Amino acid sequence: MDLIYSHLLSSIIFLPLAGMVIALLIPSRHEKAIRVVSMLVSVAVLVLVAKLWGMFVGTGEFEFSETIPWIPSVQIFYHVGVDGVALLLIALTAFLTPIAILASWNEITKSVKAFHVLILLLETGMLGVFASLDVFLFYVFWEVVLIPMYFLIGIWGSKDRIRAALKFFIFTMAGSVLMLAAILYASSVAGGSFDLVTWYGHKFGLMEQFFLFGAFAIAFAIKVPMVPFHTWLPDAHTEAPTAGSVILAGILLKMGTYGFYRFAMPLFPLAVVKFAPLMLTLAVIGIVYGGLVAMVQPDVKRLVAYSSISHLGFVMLGLFSLDPLAVQGAVLQMVNHGLSTGALFLMVGMLYSRRHTRMIADYGGVARTLPVLTAAFVLITFSSIGLPGLNNFVGEFLVLLGSFQTRTAYAAVSISGVVISAIYMLWMVQRVFFGEATKEENIKLPDLRVREYWVLAPIIIFIFVIGVWPKPWITMIEKSTDAFLTLSKRVEMIVPAPVPVTLNEVKIPQGGE
Amino acid sequence: MLDTLYQYISIQTLAWLIVALPLIGAALNALIAVGTAKREMGSYRSLVSFIGVVMPMLAFAAAAAIFVTMTSFESTDPSFITGPLFQWAVTKGLVIDIGLKMDQLSIVMALMVTGVGSLIHLYSVGYMGHDEGYARYFAELNLFLFFMLTLVLADNLVLMFVGWEGVGLCSYLLIGFWFEDIAKARAGTKAFIVNRIGDAFFLAGMFLIYAVMASANAPVNAGYFNFEMMSRYNAYFVPMAGIISLLLFGGAVGKSAQIPLYVWLPDAMAGPTPVSALIHAATMVTAGVYMVVRLNFIFALSPFALSVVASVGAATALYAATMGLTQTDIKKILAYSTISQLGYMFMAAGVGAFSAAIGHLITHAFFKALLFLCAGSVIHAMAGEQDIRKMGGLRYRMPVTCWTFVIAALAIAGIAPAAGFFSKDAILWQAFERGQYVLWTVGFIAAGMTAFYIFRAVGMVFFGESNVPPERYKKVHESPTSMAMPLIILAFLSLLGGLITVPHVLGGTDRLGTWLSKLIAYETSHAPGEESKATEIVVMVITLLWSIHFMVLGWVIYAQKREWPNAVAQKFGFVYTLVANKYYVDEIYDFLIVRPLNWISTKILWQTIDDTFVDGLAVHGTARTVGVWANIVSMAETGVLQQYLLYFLIGAVVVVGYLAL
Repeated sequence: MDLIYSHLLSSIIFLPLAGMVIALLIPSRHEKAIRVVSMLVSVAVLVLVAKLWGMFVGTGEFEFSETIPWIPSVQIFYHVGVDGVALLLIALTAFLTPIAILASWNEITKSVKAFHVLILLLETGMLGVFASLDVFLFYVFWEVVLIPMYFLIGIWGSKDRIRAALKFFIFTMAGSVLMLAAILYASSVAGGSFDLVTWYGHKFGLMEQFFLFGAFAIAFAIKVPMVPFHTWLPDAHTEAPTAGSVILAGILLKMGTYGFYRFAMPLFPLAVVKFAPLMLTLAVIGIVYGGLVAMVQPDVKRLVAYSSISHLGFVMLGLFSLDPLAVQGAVLQMVNHGLSTGALFLMVGMLYSRRHTRMIADYGGVARTLPVLTAAFVLITFSSIGLPGLNNFVGEFLVLLGSFQTRTAYAAVSISGVVISAIYMLWMVQRVFFGEATKEENIKLPDLRVREYWVLAPIIIFIFVIGVWPKPWITMIEKSTDAFLTLSKRVEMIVPAPVPVTLNEVKIPQGGE
Repeated sequence: MLDTLYQYISIQTLAWLIVALPLIGAALNALIAVGTAKREMGSYRSLVSFIGVVMPMLAFAAAAAIFVTMTSFESTDPSFITGPLFQWAVTKGLVIDIGLKMDQLSIVMALMVTGVGSLIHLYSVGYMGHDEGYARYFAELNLFLFFMLTLVLADNLVLMFVGWEGVGLCSYLLIGFWFEDIAKARAGTKAFIVNRIGDAFFLAGMFLIYAVMASANAPVNAGYFNFEMMSRYNAYFVPMAGIISLLLFGGAVGKSAQIPLYVWLPDAMAGPTPVSALIHAATMVTAGVYMVVRLNFIFALSPFALSVVASVGAATALYAATMGLTQTDIKKILAYSTISQLGYMFMAAGVGAFSAAIGHLITHAFFKALLFLCAGSVIHAMAGEQDIRKMGGLRYRMPVTCWTFVIAALAIAGIAPAAGFFSKDAILWQAFERGQYVLWTVGFIAAGMTAFYIFRAVGMVFFGESNVPPERYKKVHESPTSMAMPLIILAFLSLLGGLITVPHVLGGTDRLGTWLSKLIAYETSHAPGEESKATEIVVMVITLLWSIHFMVLGWVIYAQKREWPNAVAQKFGFVYTLVANKYYVDEIYDFLIVRPLNWISTKILWQTIDDTFVDGLAVHGTARTVGVWANIVSMAETGVLQQYLLYFLIGAVVVVGYLAL
């Protein structure tokens, strides 16, 4: 146990991998055993994360840091550590994975072993992405995530799964290649090191910043996704199995925003100044455009997918407005979107398992047959809309409040997102759940089962907990976001304001002014 | 007696109880609702009623206790805050406490909300008695009270906004309570979305307030959105007051159904009638007025913003009244009447008569809740019929409902000495006195219309010949005691409630105005001079006679001479059709906003930009281009070794040549 505690973060990252090996050893006919083992492993990860959370101090520095030489010849280290934001996202990952496994309990019947092996591999990849402090290590984990997700969509997806999986893969890969090039180049500039903290200290030149930022930003923008790199998302979501959608929306998209938070912005502050108007414009377009397109989707999953584009627009707006409140809101919004949209996909999956259709028009009037499911769905809908007292409001409010102070015009347009989200969500709810059940198939459906209660209850609890008392969450990330802001706003450090110097007297500035 | 109470419980805890009790009720009933979903309620029904009704009543008792305590400290300032229950958000730049503020304004509102709320909960026991969603109904109605009280008692703008949106949620849920009727569900959706448009402006207003407070270097720890702090840093609002006030007023326009966002309220009548009485007449829709009065210290800084508030209010008062004239659905008449009366309140606030706005808000809560509950009683007795043309002569079958309705009608028509006379007169007189003759004229005309349309309803429903088929007429019955009791209590309040605002000129003391005076930043509270005293009496009498004239006219025509209006309607064919169809505003909105938005989103954004350009041309286009190039390049891969050697040679020459140069 001591070994685990002294290497807590690494234990968390690689425990799913160990679970994967165990799952591999179980013969595939023991499906139940594989499910139970994966479930237990993912819960154990959650327990360890809770332990980590308890020991987390919140200094603003990276905690639980571990450095082991990995490929010493090229200065690549296994270097992990977390700040408040990384920890929050690690917690989100550890929280959603068991839920995704539980949600697949009856849904996944094909190649059960492979499915769980991939999910556990995916979890290690995601945890690694959020914990890496070595840029090359980060890249490795980033790629590790890609492969299981590709198979999850491609094997267990619905009809058009192959095309969607391929699209997802090529899009992400295109970004990854750019990022890899940027990483190698940046490393050569920064003295051959891949250590993120070293990079933070290095002052990249102006043009270097522009190009490196561009490469990173495209890779991350594809992942977020930001308009116009978003078209893989609706396809991937629509075709993915429920667990895939939950993890994709809940965590994978956050890898993009986290990339901006951890790499693209604090490393290249000059480029941030230069590209902020562009990024903000894309963010605002995402909010409005994603919402409007979501409104007219005939397919529930596509609707939720486009709504993700809109919600993540808020995150990008918050990050690039470089206001403390907005950045904190953006980080909370990452978690909140993971909870609410994760829950929405879970519930759409529950509807799908009953009716075997995702088309809104096939539903109508199911509130009578599914009263409890409807109640839960309406609750999560309002969470997604950003009703005060529920989780999403906190993030949206802080993002808009903060960005309104520094980027008033962008924020003002984004407020319309508040109205648009109400339109597309409530209109969908109305068409799916309300009215008279005219279709034969909608009349006799079983309401929530016990397992489904267990899937939803944890998320619903956190929807309330964060919404009613956001203070501890904000406190936890505040120091980290401050550090992020200091790095991302250090324009004046590189281009010092011209100091008038006269030849006769050289004044030495005195302290205390 | 109160002393004994305070030995056990502090006044702060008591204040928290006002908010907490309805929430507890909502939670318990929600549990029962989920537990009994798809099953027979059985014996749970009485438990649900008990929880649902007792919680608001206890909250009312708590509010009353605090009110009585506060009156005994009136000479000093009796307001107090509970202090934070906990801190909602804390960062270096933002502190938001969850705390309540009990002052002269909020306690009056809390009394009204819990008082009228309790009566309507009691009424609901009878009205909703046989509904299968009984537990859900009470859970949602209790939840509404919780949010409404949060809105009213909050000590800062963010918490107020929590309540503000929360009542919107409950309104959505309760309008669409009978969700199997898609029209009702649609009405709920529409209400929430239209309200959200207003809320977006409200949010923008809040963000500007933050900017002002930050630039004023107000202490962060006290909370930028705290009402107390905002009023202390009042002076810093001067440059931004106009825009902030207008943005906040945008929120009020949505919530309180003013032009141009009033369209959701008539549709909201799809909800159960007690819901219409509580949410869409007495409490939630008045939240906008309350907010303006609460923030009067900001609004008063901008004469322009105030004039906008007054103009929108007056225009709405008149406009909605005209639509009230032609409606045939009893609830729709009352809905337009509510919009119109809310217009009066905004007119009052806009001319700077904030306490007159609150006065009318309170009396309106009494008589409009009563009107709705009477309408509910009629609808209940008529087995769901809402068309007043199919009623008539009901006074013999349901005397209590009839006479309480008449009292409420007198009150809303502004016939002395009923409550509405004093509160409406205060508004009109204040407008007149401040030289706002245009506003006064508009309000004056609308007052006549009000008297006319409400007594039209009285005449058509309760008097004259009955249009009810005889066999059904015999079955029409007075409502049970649990429904009749609230009617009688509210009738008393509608009759006597005006006593709180009897003006000085009639020998009164304007009790409410004095009570609120400490909170109103710039209202000129004054004892009238001799000459204006005479004017005030004259204006008052003229208004009274004008209202009585239209009241008699409405009653005579629609009780006795029902053929007249048809003749008139034919004569003014075009105008009548226009008004009866509510000026086609819903259709215009649909044509100008809803359809284009839908069309643009579907055809342009989704199918053209997203599918054709971004995904089609850019993404798949790239893929195809890559594919084509791959094919071209692969032509080179012939598998012939000599050819590869040739490529290698060419390459080597190029590289060597490049290096050499």
